[in-house]
Amino acid sequence: MTTLRTIKPGETVRVAGINGKGAIKRRVMDMGITKGVDVFVRKVAPLGDPVEVTVRGYELSLRKADADIVEVAEVQEL
Amino acid sequence: MIDIVKKRGDKIDIEKLSEKIGCPAVVISALKGTGVEEAANLAAKQTLSAPPVPQHSFSGRVEHTLAHIEEALLHDMPDERQRWYSIKLFERDAKVIDKIKPDPEILAHIEKDIVACENEFEDDSESIITAERYEFIEAIIGECQKIRNRGGLTTSDKIDRIVTNRWLALPIFALVMFAVYFVSVTSVGTIVTDWANDGVFGGGWSFFGLDVPGIPDAVGGALASIGCAAWLQSLIVDGIIAGVGAVLGFVPQMFILFALLAFLEYCGYMARIAFIMDRIFRRFGLSGKSFIPILIGTGCGVPGIMASRTIENERDRRMTVMTTTFIPCSAKLPIIALIAGALFHGAWWVAPSAYFIGIGAIIMSGVMLKKTKIFAGSVAPFVMELPSYHMPTAGAILRSMWERGWSFIKRAGTIILLATIFVWFTSSYGWQDGVFGAVDMNHSILASIGSAIAWIFIPLGWGDWRSAVAAITGLIAKENVVSTFGILYGGLSDVSENGAEVWSRLAASYTALSAFSLLVFNLLCAPCFAAMGAIRREMNSNKWFFTAIGYQCGFAYLVSLVFFQIGSFVQTGSFGAGTAVAIAIIAGFVYMIARPNKYEGIEQGMSISAA
Repeated sequence: MTTLRTIKPGETVRVAGINGKGAIKRRVMDMGITKGVDVFVRKVAPLGDPVEVTVRGYELSLRKADADIVEVAEVQEL
Repeated sequence: MIDIVKKRGDKIDIEKLSEKIGCPAVVISALKGTGVEEAANLAAKQTLSAPPVPQHSFSGRVEHTLAHIEEALLHDMPDERQRWYSIKLFERDAKVIDKIKPDPEILAHIEKDIVACENEFEDDSESIITAERYEFIEAIIGECQKIRNRGGLTTSDKIDRIVTNRWLALPIFALVMFAVYFVSVTSVGTIVTDWANDGVFGGGWSFFGLDVPGIPDAVGGALASIGCAAWLQSLIVDGIIAGVGAVLGFVPQMFILFALLAFLEYCGYMARIAFIMDRIFRRFGLSGKSFIPILIGTGCGVPGIMASRTIENERDRRMTVMTTTFIPCSAKLPIIALIAGALFHGAWWVAPSAYFIGIGAIIMSGVMLKKTKIFAGSVAPFVMELPSYHMPTAGAILRSMWERGWSFIKRAGTIILLATIFVWFTSSYGWQDGVFGAVDMNHSILASIGSAIAWIFIPLGWGDWRSAVAAITGLIAKENVVSTFGILYGGLSDVSENGAEVWSRLAASYTALSAFSLLVFNLLCAPCFAAMGAIRREMNSNKWFFTAIGYQCGFAYLVSLVFFQIGSFVQTGSFGAGTAVAIAIIAGFVYMIARPNKYEGIEQGMSISAA
């Protein structure tokens, strides 16, 4: 299973599902990371965490620990 | 945001949008102010006509369940409300269930429906709703918005490429922080603070060559000329004006800082600061944005604490407010200079050690506190929008600056006022030769209080009443510690900033160890009333305020005790009860820092705020 955590900057992936529960899952979904949406990983912060992604046309930053609950599939090359 | 849409050359089909969402839509730009009035008028008109009918429907299975819920529980409610409540019940919203108080039997029945629906979607009910709503939004956007030039970099993207670049981000961050610090604390900040403290609330100032008397002189003169009683004059000038003046003196500096912070926030850089610094600070239970309050705190703790307002997460913010004042502020520098000069022959390492102790106190407290029950819960998710960069308007910056500054001024007029009057009264009145009246500080009530509580500080090596009194007067403003020593040790009413006049007397009554312990305590204990006012303001809860002040004083006490007792042991080699206590405290600290976080992974009810 691949999660958003492992995706390198510059790659686009499609969200296959959200694995967590409770507040973290809710927050991640509220910010627009839902099943089927495309997520582009833009960059990693200077100290290696968090990551910045583009989702639904805006920029979102999330920690790798939180990105770990986002299951992604179908890595497409841009 | 329509101005940005137009600039990018995108198009929004507003008629189609109105039709899709079943409610008239207007384009506005809050920044430029276009369309705002039209939107307000339309909204007002809309209240007179029939409520709009929601155009959105979920997929068949969800709608079926919602209809079922409405039928079973909500048929007594007005039609237009039923839908909202049915969705909330479908999501199992605890507050709504509490409000409706449904029959448990019916609720259990509905629960079966929800579970069946969840099994079909292989997801929980809340996620189903969120996902379907996003699908709907996506569909509307697809139909109504035409985006030109997809894939090209916007100006904001280009700025971001440099500003949060893997290699450039930290140097740029350091530069921005230096600029903020330089303007608000050292250069412009010092000028306005000196003007306010030494001019307006001091000995007067010069307005283009015209001498303007300071408020104390002006008011004192006016009171004397109308023949006001001496005690009342003293109350007004030495008590109220001196006390509140010490607090209000920081206001001009705070306004400058708040304007700079508002700029950083509105232009979009503040969110990037959190992005850049998060990695370091979350280890101590703080937020990436905690860096700013701590940095500003080196100048003055009051604006530092107020700067924590930009931290969204409540736990991170409280932690920041509690720990910011550990860093030595500029008013603590005279204390450092006094101790370094009197006991350490001005040794170079005393001042840097004060900063290291401050930083160490923040890190230790962060690690210890995040494992305690009051800060319990898993680390709050850091999922935050990084908004596009844009140039904020002057009006927005000024408004934000005013709101924050004003909330502080109001506090200065209430709690801080009462506290300063109390200290003024106790330090200038007392019994001398059996008569109650105005006395000098040696015979004041405060001196009696100091004597009564001095024993508390014996384990710290400075259990005499003068030190205790100095610690209390330091609550008005930390630099008062120096002037209090001047009065109590030299009988001098006016000493230079570092108290050089009383160095020799101090050196006679303290050892290097007890003086350093005194320094550590005054650095870490509760800050001045102004900063306490700011803490109360930001915590917005008495419980949290007293927790913060109690923690700071307790922590300061224990750390000073450890310094003194371990220092004495190293120096004299005699192992006493104090040494044992100090070792026990160290063991306690080590345990608090190293123990596993038993609350980790436990969900905490946290506020979900839009970033």
